[in-house]
Amino acid sequence: MSGPSRATKARLDVLEEAATRALECASALGIDHAEVSASEGESLEVNVRQGATDLVKESRSRGIGMRIVHDGRVATSATTDLGVEAVQAFVAGLADMVRFSEEDPLALPPSPREQTGAWDDLDLYDPKTARVGPKRAISMATRAEKAAFKQDRRITSSEGAGFSRTIGFSVLATSGGFVGRNFGSNQYLVAHVVADDAGGKKRNGHYWSGGRHFDLIGSPEAVGREAAARACRAIGSQKMATGVYPVVFDKEAAGTILGLLGSCIMGDRIYREQSYLAARLKDAVASPLVTVIDDPRIPRGPGTRPYDAEGRRTRKNKIVSKGVLDGFLLDTYSARKLDMKPTGSAAGGGGVPHPTSSNFYMKAGRQKPASLLKGIDKGLYVTNMMGFGFDAMTGNFSRGAGGFLIEAGELTTPVGEITISRNLDEILKGIVAVANDLEFKTSVAAPSFRVDQMTISGN
Amino acid sequence: MRGATKVEPEHIRKLLRAALEGGADFADVYFEYRRSRSFVMEDGRVRTVGGGVDLGVGIRAVKGEAVGYAYAESLELDSMLRAATTAGQIARAGRRKRVSVQRRRIRAMYRPTLEVVDMDGADCVALLRRADKAARKVSRKIVRVDASLSAVHKEVLVASSDGAIVFDEQPMVRMGVSAAARAKGRTEQGSSGGGGRFGLEYFDAHTPESHGEEAARVALVNLDSREAPAGTMPVVLANGDSGILLHEAVGHGLEADFNRKETSNYTGQIGKPVASPLVTVVDAPRIGGERGSINVDDEGVVPSSHRLIVNGKLRRYLYDKISAKHFGVEPTGSGRRQSFRHVPMPRMSNTYMEAGEDAPEDIIRSVKRGIYAVRFSGGQVNISNGDFVFSLTEGYLIEDGKVTAPLKGANLIGNGPDALGTVSMVGNDFRLSDGMWTCGKDGQSVPVGVGMPTVKLDQLTVGGTAVGS
Repeated sequence: MSGPSRATKARLDVLEEAATRALECASALGIDHAEVSASEGESLEVNVRQGATDLVKESRSRGIGMRIVHDGRVATSATTDLGVEAVQAFVAGLADMVRFSEEDPLALPPSPREQTGAWDDLDLYDPKTARVGPKRAISMATRAEKAAFKQDRRITSSEGAGFSRTIGFSVLATSGGFVGRNFGSNQYLVAHVVADDAGGKKRNGHYWSGGRHFDLIGSPEAVGREAAARACRAIGSQKMATGVYPVVFDKEAAGTILGLLGSCIMGDRIYREQSYLAARLKDAVASPLVTVIDDPRIPRGPGTRPYDAEGRRTRKNKIVSKGVLDGFLLDTYSARKLDMKPTGSAAGGGGVPHPTSSNFYMKAGRQKPASLLKGIDKGLYVTNMMGFGFDAMTGNFSRGAGGFLIEAGELTTPVGEITISRNLDEILKGIVAVANDLEFKTSVAAPSFRVDQMTISGN
Repeated sequence: MRGATKVEPEHIRKLLRAALEGGADFADVYFEYRRSRSFVMEDGRVRTVGGGVDLGVGIRAVKGEAVGYAYAESLELDSMLRAATTAGQIARAGRRKRVSVQRRRIRAMYRPTLEVVDMDGADCVALLRRADKAARKVSRKIVRVDASLSAVHKEVLVASSDGAIVFDEQPMVRMGVSAAARAKGRTEQGSSGGGGRFGLEYFDAHTPESHGEEAARVALVNLDSREAPAGTMPVVLANGDSGILLHEAVGHGLEADFNRKETSNYTGQIGKPVASPLVTVVDAPRIGGERGSINVDDEGVVPSSHRLIVNGKLRRYLYDKISAKHFGVEPTGSGRRQSFRHVPMPRMSNTYMEAGEDAPEDIIRSVKRGIYAVRFSGGQVNISNGDFVFSLTEGYLIEDGKVTAPLKGANLIGNGPDALGTVSMVGNDFRLSDGMWTCGKDGQSVPVGVGMPTVKLDQLTVGGTAVGS
């Protein structure tokens, strides 16, 4: 890995200058503390449908977000106007707003001692990304869509295939003297196609590839073929009979379930007692097969960050070890509220910081995914879920689902228009097998797993 | 306007010309100036005050059904022209077009007296404090109250190469309150929210106290909730918020972009029955200060009310300019976007079901065993197969024609045409929901309104955990 190029350094310098200027304005007004996040982004988005270009969108944006803390009172704002006078007026506006907020001694930023002075290059930026122009983007999308139509004659229409890329640069600077400089890239190729089913119904399938580095896109044709396969496999989907069944979640659906756990271990939810896990530290909250980790330092990871939004060095945090709740993810404020140590998990720099996960994953097990179906006489294999039916305070979970019927240990007919429900606490404790198919494609990732039973509502 | 009125007509013409230079069929420019303010009260203390100003222009060039788009975050001519040229590249090798645009005046449906965004901060905090106090006063079981107030003042100026320049002001206020109740080691929550394109007068009709009390009431009801049943059964939807069902079950599927692309389950269904004959669905963009109301859409088209489904038959889709041209019809004024950074697409405004003739009491009395669904936290639809879900946050069992035990949250799932085909009774008590809904599509959020009379669906799948009870 080489460090930032000269061009990247220059862009970061401009941002650092803007951030520093805003901090100086705040200091001139006598404001106690300030944090500024200055960022710049550039993106390209194309979409191709039925072989013709449907959209070409190019964006460039630049702006600052700022939080001030004065007399223990907090105000935040953002602007895209970085002119000298505009920034002065912007900071003055913040200073005027802050009096309406109420004093809270816990709202102060961390002391400079707690902030990091150095961080590693975690390989988040690919210089190839910015070089992908509209022509190449359109060609990749065209190839993906074409492959989808070619894959299966039952594919009859398409939302199209799209390519999108972004590069971003950001500087976080605080009145305590911290300056962090970060930059990264992202790109993905997606295909979204539709197959006809009986009675005017249609079945859609989409699939994407991509990540921090261009090479993660892989073959456009493979993306198209997988999207087509996903649309076609749902043809003929039917409800199944209401009852209690064993359920296997494929790795994408498993990631969604893990994300729910993620929402329940955030420090702000914990001190507000808006999580069913608020009083469960060191308690068994999942089956012994379950270990959950948040690791912000995985090179090239989709959720990787070298420092957090309050300037703390990030670190790997264990959340669940063999079923036991080990810890929460905390920013400064929630840590003070709970009288715990911050975990370097703050996001939202330049606004109100709040804890978030980074690369949040469940450790892989040893079993092959196919072996999760073994011994299931009748059950459900979930490949997708719909809706937002989850209450973090109680853990109640109920969502729309689709997938396949499991009969005698094999996937048989496609299933749709049903719901699955059970309390999350029971779901996690009911995990009886974990597969070895974990991949870090998304920032929340889990291997396939099997839950002993859930209520399925259908016919 | 503090932003876009500063834009000179000559600049607008220059931008349109630059966007059309490559040979696009038409182009439009969308100037936006947005001022916002927000107050967040956490457990009785104002934790943060936020807000700011956003300003910019989005430029679109359209050739056939292809869109070129770019934006500038300033009104400086050079950066605007750069965006216009970038957008125009979607079309290549065409002929230069002449551009002439004229200012067109529109009739405003909402005009607040004092916008909340301009109010003194102390007065805003006082509103939050009233909500907080009212919620706590309901019961000693209320252990926590969070409340927020946000206000936006938006001004847009849309100019299109087909001739019109339209200016509009779009205020918005929203209050949200959530309350937690605790008893016997069990904690549950309830929430209430509302608002619209109003100024301070919103709080005359909907006091902060009413939101605080409502949030507390729901939290207390949920303290006694039991497992919801699992299975397919009759569902009675209460009037108001239940309109979320229509929004998901038919609304999105009728947005013309999906039908132009033939990806919606309503593609090719115009003139055909898609619901019970009792069902008439309307999209009404010009109702007073409703959250989904717009005086003009984000393509500069003045919208009007449209019946989408009449007596169960599909009458029309919601069209933006591109899809209207595709189908050879006039646009319905449904082209909306989140901001100048986004391309417009067909969206709903205020979508509701017209009232029927049944008394709500009779509707409940007709159900032997089923669900009475009152409040919801959101929904989602799969456009292609028509499956939709929505999440219940306040619901009750109906037993022998009476509303009985409160139920834990559950998802309801159905298929658009199938579910609406089972509508067997429609109440005479139509009500619009108090404005709290935000609709997401393709990563863009826009405010919408929903409404509904009390309605009975003979069959809908209820995703509870209790089997066979």
